[in-house]
Amino acid sequence: MSADTDSAVAPARRPRWTWLRDWPLYPAVLFLGLFFLYPTVLLLGLSVTDDADALTTQHYAHLFRSDLYVRVLGITLEVALWTTVLSLIAAYPIAYLLATVRNSTRNTLIIWVLMPFWTSFLVRTFAWMVLLGRSGAVNDLLIALGIVEFPLRMIYNFAGVMVGMVHALMPLAVLTILSVMEGIDANLSKAAATMGARPSQAFWRIYLPLSLPGVAAGGLLIFITALGFFITPALLGGRKETMIVQVIIFQIHEVLNWGFAGAISMLLLVTALLIFFLYDRLLGLSTLSGQSAPAGGRRPSAIGRLGGAAGRLFIAAMGNLCAFVGRTLERIRRPRADRPRRRVGRALVWIAGVLVLVFLAVPAFFVIPVSFTQESFLNWPPVGFSLKWYQRILGTGLWGEAALRSFVVAISSAFLAMLLGVPAAFVLVRRSFFGKAALFGFLVSPAITPHIIIAVALFFLYSRMGLVGTTTGLVLGHAVLAIPYVVVTTMAIVKGYDTHLDHAAWTLGATRVRTLWHITLPILRGGLIAAFMFAFIISFDELTIALFVTGGAFTTLPKAMWDDAILQVSPTLAAVATLLLLFMSAVILTSEFLRRRSQVK
Amino acid sequence: MSDDTGYKLRTRGVRKTYGPVVALAGADLEMREGEFLTLLGPSGSGKTTLLMAIAGLNDPDGGEIWIDGKLATYTPPHDRGLGMVFQNYALFPHMTIFENIAFPLRMRKRDAGTIRKEVARVLDIVQLPDVASRYPRELSGGQQQRIALARCFVYQPAIILMDEPLGALDKKLRDTLQREVKHLHQNLGITVLYVTHDQEEAMVMSDRICLMNDARIEQVGTPQELYFQPNSVFAADFLGESNLLPATVIESRDGEIVLQAAGGLTVHGQANAALSRGDRVRFMVRPESVKTVAAGTARNEVQGVIKEVIMSGQITKCFMELPDGSEMVSSRLTVESGTGLAPGRPVHFGWSAEHTVVLPDR
Repeated sequence: MSADTDSAVAPARRPRWTWLRDWPLYPAVLFLGLFFLYPTVLLLGLSVTDDADALTTQHYAHLFRSDLYVRVLGITLEVALWTTVLSLIAAYPIAYLLATVRNSTRNTLIIWVLMPFWTSFLVRTFAWMVLLGRSGAVNDLLIALGIVEFPLRMIYNFAGVMVGMVHALMPLAVLTILSVMEGIDANLSKAAATMGARPSQAFWRIYLPLSLPGVAAGGLLIFITALGFFITPALLGGRKETMIVQVIIFQIHEVLNWGFAGAISMLLLVTALLIFFLYDRLLGLSTLSGQSAPAGGRRPSAIGRLGGAAGRLFIAAMGNLCAFVGRTLERIRRPRADRPRRRVGRALVWIAGVLVLVFLAVPAFFVIPVSFTQESFLNWPPVGFSLKWYQRILGTGLWGEAALRSFVVAISSAFLAMLLGVPAAFVLVRRSFFGKAALFGFLVSPAITPHIIIAVALFFLYSRMGLVGTTTGLVLGHAVLAIPYVVVTTMAIVKGYDTHLDHAAWTLGATRVRTLWHITLPILRGGLIAAFMFAFIISFDELTIALFVTGGAFTTLPKAMWDDAILQVSPTLAAVATLLLLFMSAVILTSEFLRRRSQVK
Repeated sequence: MSDDTGYKLRTRGVRKTYGPVVALAGADLEMREGEFLTLLGPSGSGKTTLLMAIAGLNDPDGGEIWIDGKLATYTPPHDRGLGMVFQNYALFPHMTIFENIAFPLRMRKRDAGTIRKEVARVLDIVQLPDVASRYPRELSGGQQQRIALARCFVYQPAIILMDEPLGALDKKLRDTLQREVKHLHQNLGITVLYVTHDQEEAMVMSDRICLMNDARIEQVGTPQELYFQPNSVFAADFLGESNLLPATVIESRDGEIVLQAAGGLTVHGQANAALSRGDRVRFMVRPESVKTVAAGTARNEVQGVIKEVIMSGQITKCFMELPDGSEMVSSRLTVESGTGLAPGRPVHFGWSAEHTVVLPDR
């Protein structure tokens, strides 16, 4: 072929098929369109139609007729807000610690941070019941030490809900803040020090402002996630802590009023969107991707500028205040030029960090001794030693069946999510095209939509398709939830991949497919395993969707535990929780082992 | 506890280890006011460790650091009154250029008026008077480095430490900024401790060079001293290009030393009192001191065959293979008519005894 024909064909071919080049993106988009966007729209439709399919505002009128639902929304917002604030305060020091220790120390510490992620959600909630109950471990200890005379009321109230929710959501904040902190150049603090800034001044004026995008992003994620919580408030809260999701569940399961449940769901969705909108106005959604301060693009709004000015004043004031305290302390105890100084600040960070780690990691282990008790209720300390609870679990087929089903569903939905999410992540990282940010937003939106909305919407969709009560339906639903995590995790590893390796393979004569198979995927294997594990655990631990789409036809492990917990909290649950803890640890250790091995290679 | 020797900076036996790795094995160094001293060495030679210890950014395991006549071994960095310029500039990304330069003044509680005046003054010095309201990321690499310098000049620190400040810039810009930094040093009379692994940069800028190798100070001296009078094989090899050939001392008489090299070659070199008959040595001749000569006309002479002639712009290099298989290079200014030498031709290379530096072979 001559060069002339070549150049005549090539330019003509290129522009026509551009949209086809991004084909790996479409299955994921299509899938979410069908099983996430479409049912959500259906739900919206449901909330504005009556039984005869005519348009109506009756459900919304009902919603605002009394102040009941607005009040529940208020409580929900309050719980979410406090959860966010407490989580961020607790997460910041540990994230700072992780960002500033040696790599080897960080890898060890991060396992403890992620501990709550690994242990089943319900297991953790039970652990807090064991710890904080009337005759729980904490009360036991306090009475033994003579600090209190009568047991404190620590659960079935606001405090219980806070403990449970902060414990559940804080790791999210730690990871988000950490990802921003890792991007902060260590030389900046050093530069500040050489210019005369004390460590406290350098922290307040340099480090803190640069880490704020992480704090804001973490706060948003926690707030939105907290809005959709119902397990923790149901098990650790009292009647006063009823959250909006519990109302939705009640409407569907007890009253069977779909339209009204749809309206409440919409109220929740609109609230979430409103918060996103406010966040974007104030801070810009670009901070969500973990970049620090916007790159001089859009001018901040008036509120943003005012906030910024107030923030700067606050930061300067705190910096000066801490520097003053530091100077005063140095007047009492002069630093000496001839021997290394003590690093008091560092020690404080370690103490705070370790306390938080203990809070995160230890509670789950309390279910283990309780599961061997002879008594028939949760008590501390456990009495005697008996295996009867384990016998009960293994005796009835229910638990084994539920566990097996959970396992199958988790494996299947993780595979499905990988199949859809990984190609999409590749395209999102490597191609640039119009509307890329919007598509990315769409692919991760199930993660920030309250699960209850997806659950209710899917239930409604499935009831038309005949998928209610099928394993397929559950797998599809869990894949919807897992795709965002797969996409984000995979994007992170693909970004770090050196595409020159691919180019090298191509020039050496490998086809694209062979390059992908022999070069790209093996190198990315560690990260892909992590993404798969993420997806697996999300499904394995998932309750909300299971609660709805199983339609009572079958049960999964979390659902079986939930049903049991609603009736009565017995040591059976502790035994299940212990087994689950063992199983999860095994899964995590295996995947960690596989990951490390693939890194060594 | 005072040090009235008048040195701006003095270190005594500063040591630092990281686990089993010795990063710095006892460094003794003095700097006078207004001096431009460069720590030069390959990576891992301990130059950055020494700089960081002087800045107070790492605690040495032992030894003493005196700044301005005061002991400061473990004084926190914010109390040392030093300035530091980092390779990646370390400008605060969330602050404007004005706020960046104002930062050290704010830390010193200067009033707003002074701060405005001083910032404007240093921005003039670095010839960027109009960037005060911009953010660092809106400036080019070279501009960012100028701002980093301005941020140091503004509070007139006792010593300015520079850790490979031009390492991230391309060659042309680096050459320009080298001269600019040199001029700023001369005009402002500041004391600069500079770190680089680039021997050319060190020679261009420094009053004195402190050559480091393997966690120790190898040699301290002016660029000329280091270039023409290296006192070790490492120094001879690291700075500039050199012919380094093994030999044995046969005679050491007044003002001169006679060596026996491979292939029965006799070489006359500069006297070195530390050497005596029978010592194994290396002799060093700079390529520019080696000329093509007619047989029997030079003090030191070798015969060989031209292997390669390379023109690299200004300089043309001729590589000659000696009878024993070793190699010698001679360099000269490029002329349009060429060297008249071609590979395969036999040739005589010659050089004088005073251009022959004899070094103990360690």
